[in-house]
Amino acid sequence: MSLLVREALLSFRRAPLLSALSVTTIAFSLFTVGLFGLVALNLREALRDLEERVEVVAFVLRGTPPETITLASQDISTFPEVFTVTYVTEEDALARARRELVEFRDAYQDLQVNPLPASLEIRLREGFRDAQNAAAVAERVQGFPFVEDVRFGRDWVEQLDDLRDLAGILGLVIGGVFAAVAVVIIGVTIRLTLLQRAREINIMRLVGATNWFIRGPFLLEGAVKGLLGGVLAIALCYAGYTVFRSNTSVLGGLVFFGPQHILVIVIFGVLLGLFGSLVSVGRHLRLVSGRLERRAA
Amino acid sequence: MIRLSHVVKTFPNGSLALKDVSFHVPKGEFVFLTGHSGAGKSTLLRMLYAEERPSQGEVRVGGHLVHSLKSDEIPRLRRRLGIVFQDFRLLEDRTAFENIAFALEVTGARRDTIPARVTRVLTQVGLAAKARAHPRELSGGEQQRVAIARALVNDPAILLADEPTGNLDDRATRGVFQLLRDINTSGTVVVMATHDLDLVRQTAYRTIEMREGAVVFDSADDHDGEDR
Repeated sequence: MSLLVREALLSFRRAPLLSALSVTTIAFSLFTVGLFGLVALNLREALRDLEERVEVVAFVLRGTPPETITLASQDISTFPEVFTVTYVTEEDALARARRELVEFRDAYQDLQVNPLPASLEIRLREGFRDAQNAAAVAERVQGFPFVEDVRFGRDWVEQLDDLRDLAGILGLVIGGVFAAVAVVIIGVTIRLTLLQRAREINIMRLVGATNWFIRGPFLLEGAVKGLLGGVLAIALCYAGYTVFRSNTSVLGGLVFFGPQHILVIVIFGVLLGLFGSLVSVGRHLRLVSGRLERRAA
Repeated sequence: MIRLSHVVKTFPNGSLALKDVSFHVPKGEFVFLTGHSGAGKSTLLRMLYAEERPSQGEVRVGGHLVHSLKSDEIPRLRRRLGIVFQDFRLLEDRTAFENIAFALEVTGARRDTIPARVTRVLTQVGLAAKARAHPRELSGGEQQRVAIARALVNDPAILLADEPTGNLDDRATRGVFQLLRDINTSGTVVVMATHDLDLVRQTAYRTIEMREGAVVFDSADDHDGEDR
């Protein structure tokens, strides 16, 4: 085993309590970030379900020949925003109304003439399911002469937009704050380790160890702590997720992180650990040799 | 080996630690640095191993221009020096053997050469039998011997000792001092700061006395001015 690895691991054995403290604080910071990540992830999933319902409906003038409508719907489906176009004939509309509007079943049953117009139901591609794009599509569809009216539920699509923006900003801000807190905490715990080992570092310097040689084990130590903290944070998140899911029947379709999310969190932990130790070791070494530099200036 | 020219050291708080200090230590010499506490002995030694930098003047140690050394060049200087302190500065959680091996490891010595080199210096300081002992299991004199062994393991050209016998009783002092003399006999320059005047009087080694940051006496001036 190389000296670097041995010295880094030695610090875990020599100061198990401090090491455990560092790993735990990293884990809890990442856990908080992870929880917000989970909330954001599930919110996005929920919004995706909602978004799929964003559609533009064009009502067709009575008596329009079906060929004209079919041609137009082919044309509309080439719009960049458009995902699918479904032609709902007058008969389809009535059948659906009978099926879905149970309260009015009797009323629809007795009709001699079908009062419902035919329509084109236009679903939008992912990424275009917002008020602005829906309005643009609606405006162009309105241009077809056989189209009587276009609806896309402007109000609730706009509210969906607002909700999406708010969720994004909130996730970013809170996640950022907790990541910053994690960096500070890691820096402090590494600094405690440094103070505890100041004597050893001093001896290393006196016998001629280079600054990078002194930094090495601390950086490795920080990275390992970050790694352990990241893994622990994932475990905590999973525990939280399981508890939450088993206690809430309303929210059925909760999702957990995928493998790539887990990898990102663990790598993030390692980077936090590395960054924290780099900053505090760098400061420590500068403080020790600072007198020299000041004199030289 | 060591040459100081008009060295001045002012600390950031304005206090003058060294005042125009100049002297030369040739190869193979043993030099006592004497004076009261606060006279500037430690500051002067720290300057020799680049822990302090002069405010003015030049410091040359074994071919290195210490006064203009960049911080990444300092390790190279220190690998050519052995440094010993009053408080030994051993790592408590490592054995005598590991403390010495540590000095080799951090300088990137080949791993397979380390055990033989450590054993050699432990034998040299008379502690081969205590290689597995931790510092707390050793007497003060023995701890200082381990520290000296650590200083010797990189075959330094110069050994700097800051009050190495300050924490030792008479018997241990004599032992450590004899060890330093033996090291000097084998060709290593030894600069030893001390205020133990009995020790100084026992021998005819060169003595540089400091007072309030200035050299007030240098026995080399009395005998042989040409040697400077």
